[in-house]
Amino acid sequence: MEWLYPITPTHYLVLSAVLFGIGTAGVISRKNLFVVLMSLELMLNAVNLSFVVFSRINGELTGQVFVLFVVAVAAAEACVGLAIVLALFRLKENVNLDLFRSLKG
Amino acid sequence: MVETVLFYILAAVLLGMSLVVVTRTNPIASALAMVGAFGALAALYTLLSAPLLAVLQVLVYAGGIMVLVIFVIMLLNLHADDLKPMRPRGLVVALALLGVLGVVLGPLFLTVLPQGQWTLASLPADFGGIFSVGGKLFADYLFPFEMLSLVLLTAIVGALVLTKRKL
Repeated sequence: MEWLYPITPTHYLVLSAVLFGIGTAGVISRKNLFVVLMSLELMLNAVNLSFVVFSRINGELTGQVFVLFVVAVAAAEACVGLAIVLALFRLKENVNLDLFRSLKG
Repeated sequence: MVETVLFYILAAVLLGMSLVVVTRTNPIASALAMVGAFGALAALYTLLSAPLLAVLQVLVYAGGIMVLVIFVIMLLNLHADDLKPMRPRGLVVALALLGVLGVVLGPLFLTVLPQGQWTLASLPADFGGIFSVGGKLFADYLFPFEMLSLVLLTAIVGALVLTKRKL
């Protein structure tokens, strides 16, 4: 159990990977549009966490500046994504992704 | 020692809350758990000496984006029988894909990561504070920063075009 202590950047990177995995599982397995969008945000945050870890390892602020950019792009993505959810809801009165399959081959 | 205890508590809160986000049927429960997960993530940022990002995480994510999501969920006023629970088959597919990804990428990462001790860079006093991050942002990344304002403007116009019934 010696790997439990002390905390190294590897611990943070594993945490980030597990968080990304949970987000991916949400995006793939859920059919509710809102939950899919929120799982996407979880994936973005997992990537942000590893950006901050590498910024701490190298003592270099570029990683933190990148996180700022990712947060801003995530805000834009949430804004457009929720607008699309509203437009889709107007079409079918539902947010279940199984109903939107016109492009399925 | 304090850092270790804090790390494990925060990691447990973060992973538990994200599991709640992914598994709940009701999107409002997911959104509220998401706010908790972002709070834990902000605390992890302070452990990694990024206090400005921790504040921004709470302000922008927990305060801005999640309020927008909750607002839209309540605006749509979904019925309980419209909400579909998580399908176990989808979860199995997702876990299988992640397992394959881990088997393929895991050894690759293990060759990149240092085998023994990590050497952490020593940090200046103001590392991750508003002055140092802001200085970096406006000195080296001024053009991307200005482009970001264009991205946000496009997002606003796009959201308006998408949601307006008649232009």
